[in-house]
Amino acid sequence: MNSLLLSVASRLLLALMLLFSVFMLLRGHNAPGGGFIGGLIAATGVAVYAIADGCAAARRVIYFDPPNIAVTGLGLALLAGLLAGPFGDPWFTGQWWFINTGDGGKGIPLSTVLLFDIGVYLCVLGAVLTFVFAFEENV
Amino acid sequence: MTTPFAIRAATPALWLLPPAAITLVLLGLLPAVADGAVFRVAAAWVPSLGINLSFKLDGLSLTFALLIGGIGTLVTAYSAKYMAKHADRARFFVLLLAFMFSMLGLVLADNLVVLFVFWELTTITSYLLIGFDHADAKARRSALQAILLTGIGGLALLAGIILIGTAAGTYELSEIRAQGDVIRTHALYVPILLLVLLGAFTKSAQVPFHFWLPNAMAAPTPISAYLHSATMVKAGIYLLARMHPTLAGTDLWIWTLTIFGAVTAVVASLLALRQTDLKLMLAYTTVMALGTLTMFLGAEATVAIAAAVTFLIVHSFYKAALFLLIGNIDHGTGTRDVRRLRGLRQAMPITAATTALAAFSMAGFPPFLGFIGKELKYEGALAIASEPLFVAAAVVTANALMVAVAGILVIKPFFGPAGTLPKTPHEAPVQQWICPAILAALGLLFGLAPGLIGQSLVQPAVTAILGRPETVKLALWHGINVPLALSILTLAAGALVYFFYGRLRAGLATLEARQPLTADEIWDRLLAGLRWAAAQQTSVLQNGRLRTYLLTVFATVALALAATFIARGVENDLSWPRLHLAEWGAAALIVAGAVITAITHSRLTAICALGVVGVGTALVFLMFGAPDVAITQLLIETLVVVLVAAVMLRLPELPAARLRPVRLAVSAALGTVFAIALAGSVRGPQDSAITDYYEAKSLTEAFGQNIVNVILVDFRALDTFGEIAVVAIAAIGAYALMRTRSAARP
Repeated sequence: MNSLLLSVASRLLLALMLLFSVFMLLRGHNAPGGGFIGGLIAATGVAVYAIADGCAAARRVIYFDPPNIAVTGLGLALLAGLLAGPFGDPWFTGQWWFINTGDGGKGIPLSTVLLFDIGVYLCVLGAVLTFVFAFEENV
Repeated sequence: MTTPFAIRAATPALWLLPPAAITLVLLGLLPAVADGAVFRVAAAWVPSLGINLSFKLDGLSLTFALLIGGIGTLVTAYSAKYMAKHADRARFFVLLLAFMFSMLGLVLADNLVVLFVFWELTTITSYLLIGFDHADAKARRSALQAILLTGIGGLALLAGIILIGTAAGTYELSEIRAQGDVIRTHALYVPILLLVLLGAFTKSAQVPFHFWLPNAMAAPTPISAYLHSATMVKAGIYLLARMHPTLAGTDLWIWTLTIFGAVTAVVASLLALRQTDLKLMLAYTTVMALGTLTMFLGAEATVAIAAAVTFLIVHSFYKAALFLLIGNIDHGTGTRDVRRLRGLRQAMPITAATTALAAFSMAGFPPFLGFIGKELKYEGALAIASEPLFVAAAVVTANALMVAVAGILVIKPFFGPAGTLPKTPHEAPVQQWICPAILAALGLLFGLAPGLIGQSLVQPAVTAILGRPETVKLALWHGINVPLALSILTLAAGALVYFFYGRLRAGLATLEARQPLTADEIWDRLLAGLRWAAAQQTSVLQNGRLRTYLLTVFATVALALAATFIARGVENDLSWPRLHLAEWGAAALIVAGAVITAITHSRLTAICALGVVGVGTALVFLMFGAPDVAITQLLIETLVVVLVAAVMLRLPELPAARLRPVRLAVSAALGTVFAIALAGSVRGPQDSAITDYYEAKSLTEAFGQNIVNVILVDFRALDTFGEIAVVAIAAIGAYALMRTRSAARP
């Protein structure tokens, strides 16, 4: 589709949506959002870019092959689940660490749950982009 | 190709290490077990279901484990030479070891579920072993037949095991065997028995499931020697022996085992006589042995069980030896056809002598262990209280035919003038004759000194099978009595059969040709019928038209729900709901979108209108406090419109909308039943236990305030993992489909 307006806007939109998707991913545990929604937002951003500037350009932007992204996400989610094993919990039990910042608060929370959500994010992103590229390039 | 010599020389020894080590450990435990010790180790596996990784070593397990380990060691040593030039020998040894460990697990398991797991593992590994030469269509067919048949038996066994667990309240064999009386009088006894027997009979190739075993001879000879002498096919026998204290003693047990065993023994020995391929001949004698073992396990008498255990050991020795020797003949001459082989005794003197040793044990000549086994069989047959004559007649017939087969094995290939053969016959290398020679020599040694195995192996095994302390004494000379008379009768009858062998085989061949369908052909027809039925139902139910699928699914759902409402009744409050203006707006949006989708001519309009329906739904979610769901819904709608638009824009315009009564009726019915279902489900008081639980635990245990997300990534992370796996697989599937399509296009 050769539309200058869409082409220019999509670049801005892509940057914004990718940033926003990470924001949604990170805040998901306490407010609306999460890996699934974040992944969808990022995928929508790239999809719009693909419609405006073509799939080849969109592929260059995301650099990795979408099926690989999806499978990597799946692997991360599995890893997050299996990490509970060494700590003596049943698999897929969340493990939490609080990095002390020294200001009296409970610290920066880090968890296998976050890793799991990142896995979901990548899996959804990769899967949706696989669909998008398959449709756009083959039909 | 440039593997250092040291590694090449060391590899076979490496393969030999595990079975040899296991055999030595087992031999070390032999004195303790002979004194009545029972070793047991257990670890929890799924404690909530009563499934434990428990293993037990008693007399019965040890007898089987020693045969598996010992013969496994010899077969591995033999194969190191036999398979030395085979390109896939690494695969061969890995599979052989895997099979060996499965068998050991099977005979050592003390939990029925664990036993079943190993049972299935032997099925799978034997499938791979039988189909080892997978380029050969015949090998593939045999392997498939074996796995399907034993797989069906395995499923029956699983059902039987679950029923036993229900009846006894435990899966631990040690506890179940104490509850024999409970199970024998339980209402589920008959189904339990039939299911367990189906499992054992398919595995141990009893008539009418006998045909897979000779077909499995497609495997390389060492595998046949191992699977069909000591192990795989004896798994069913082991199961019968293991379940003896629990299930045996009823009329049903006695008669089923006796009749099936006797028929199998006689039919198989006749079929053995009919074969011209030495390996097939041996395969059928194995079926005969399995029938005999089954028949004796039907009994209660100590001497009958002792006969079964002794014969089990005898048979493993001579049968493994004979299979390996036939491998030598095959290697040395290029054929296994009994009509072509003759006069080999000069070219292959050691093989000839060893074959004679093993065959004497098979025929039951004194002073071989086979003689003791045969005497015990006759004594055992006469001790069976219910039908001694029937069993004795079956055993004498089968044994007489065995004598004839043993004679054929020794005399036909090795004596007479030398014939023309595909290869110039030559003696096998030392590794290939030493292993069968050890086995055959053991048959002689244990015959001369039966005390070596009598008290240490047979007696503990009999004790374990009967579940009561027993004394067994093996002896070569029992005095002049009925068994001795029967022995002489057997040898005479066997000699007679051998004398008329040519005419008998011709007669049996004619008989076989007149038979309308062999069991093998019936099996093929069954499979063909199954495929036909599958093709029929596929062409009706999965005709490839999406509209038909949807119509079928929707009509079924509507009918099922309507039927439920009519049968159960449904409470409904169909009074006019009081909603806010915004809520009415969302409802109107959804309805308008749906109507436009249904009636528009333009695909683009239809897609956008469908998007409106989705957005309306998202609004509803938002109004009722589910922002996460609403966001997801909105994003999905957006993506669907983008994706579908890419495809749809390239399709022609929609045909003019016209009234289709069937579709209209189905959609109206579906809408109505769903409306009723929803109205009914929101009416009653909601059970909020689950919601309350998540609300209470979300922040305290999972450190999150967004309950939806906490559920997704923490409380029910396994579900989510399954879902994203589906997402990834769907994407890869679509990717592959589209690539295939574009590749197929010019």
